[in-house]
Amino acid sequence: MSGFFKSSIGRKVAMALSAFFLMFFLLQHFAINLLSVFSADLFNEVSHFMGTNWLIQFALQPVLIFGVVFHFVMGFILEIRNKKAQGVSYAKNNGAANSTWMSRNMIYSGIAILAFIILHFIDFWFPEINVKFIQGDWSGVHEGVEGYRYFHELQEKFVSPIRVGAYVIAFVFLGLHLLHGFTSAFQSMGATAGRKKTLQNIGTAYSIIIPLGFIIIALFHHLNHH
Amino acid sequence: MNLTLKIWRQKDSKAKGQMVDYKVTEISEHMSFLEMMDVLNEQLVNTGEEPVAFDHDCREGICGMCSMYINGEAHGPDRGVTTCQLHMRMFKDGDTITIEPFRAAAFPVIKDLVVDRMAFERIQQAGGYISVNTSGNTQDANSLPISKHAADEAMDAATCIGCGACVATCKNSSAMLFVGAKVSQYALLPQGQVEAADRVRNMVAQMDLEGFGNCTNTGACEIECPKGISLENIARMNRELMKASI
Ligand code: SF4
Ligand code: FES
Repeated sequence: MSGFFKSSIGRKVAMALSAFFLMFFLLQHFAINLLSVFSADLFNEVSHFMGTNWLIQFALQPVLIFGVVFHFVMGFILEIRNKKAQGVSYAKNNGAANSTWMSRNMIYSGIAILAFIILHFIDFWFPEINVKFIQGDWSGVHEGVEGYRYFHELQEKFVSPIRVGAYVIAFVFLGLHLLHGFTSAFQSMGATAGRKKTLQNIGTAYSIIIPLGFIIIALFHHLNHH
Repeated sequence: MNLTLKIWRQKDSKAKGQMVDYKVTEISEHMSFLEMMDVLNEQLVNTGEEPVAFDHDCREGICGMCSMYINGEAHGPDRGVTTCQLHMRMFKDGDTITIEPFRAAAFPVIKDLVVDRMAFERIQQAGGYISVNTSGNTQDANSLPISKHAADEAMDAATCIGCGACVATCKNSSAMLFVGAKVSQYALLPQGQVEAADRVRNMVAQMDLEGFGNCTNTGACEIECPKGISLENIARMNRELMKASI
């Protein structure tokens, strides 16, 4: 089995498995964010649960971090190896004749998403780690804020139009990445042609609905902050 | 029609090549692309220049020898054809046509448009066969029942002519369409089962050793393949390797 993951196909499968995990995480993240549009209290409750549950914090969170890092590192490794496999490049190459822009530029949409994740970590994740793991404050409340602090913090972040703009652009790249990545992950796992059309439709729906949803949520909070 | 050709010229495997411009006149639209190249070479020979070296053999789309990258596409702009089957009617009078060798680190240029595709042979030697002694004890063809569906799919996979257009087209120079087809043609038939696990393991290992890149499912190979080999064959190879590794 260890030999398998050293082979080109094994790497492809590993890439797909981490992609599945990240796509599932994204769905979950989206569902929770969506709550914030409908009910601040409900969003606070769920955020507090996610942020303080030991299983999520100490088992799932490290797996998630590993998944993100793995997907990026592997993506870069494959890109470098593939560039090397190419040798001399063509004087004239008509890539658009046989493949989509998305499929040929996964590395660039990927880099855009990586840049976003760094920004997102600085915005939300590092402050959380600081409050909980360094200051040791797991209460979820903050001076001057009524109830839990999460919804309040979320609204504060989306005041800046620059940040909201950056988020919107990042989600467009996420959508482009997913438009190829979703079906690509299934193909890597050996999904058969018979199921392809359905998969493609689900993939397209997922790649548009999720990023668009995130954009709408960000804009909603930008326009509704008090 | 009159055409301008931009052709990759390279003296030998070590030389640094470059694109050189040529003009050809009175090309008939009924000519094949290789016939047009013959006209150019005749012209070059008459003026005492070195003719352009290119691979070809059958000139009817079955041997897989012809291998040009024409206007940014393997085997040119037409679909489901090799370079030898490409007609000049696909081009217009006054066109400029760029002609390059198939590019991949695993396909080094030997001269001009001729590349070394022995890597494919070595992959085949690693497992693209069944070990059965057929001398004097050939079985009746119908003694092994095979479903029509499996037979058709195996036949489709077996139509791969090993031209290398899939590699040339792929932005990653991946050979997975070729290897997928070769693995599939046996994996689908009962005769291929005995060595199935070793075959896929060895062929994939050889493919990696040759320095082909990693497939990212762009699907470009399937579009440019002259034989219409489908991506399904890559998916099947992935399944076969997973099965062989568990
Ligand atoms: S899969 Fe198609 S493009 Fe690739 S070698 Fe076979 S016939 Fe040529
Ligand atoms: S020369 Fe044989 S396939 Fe083109």
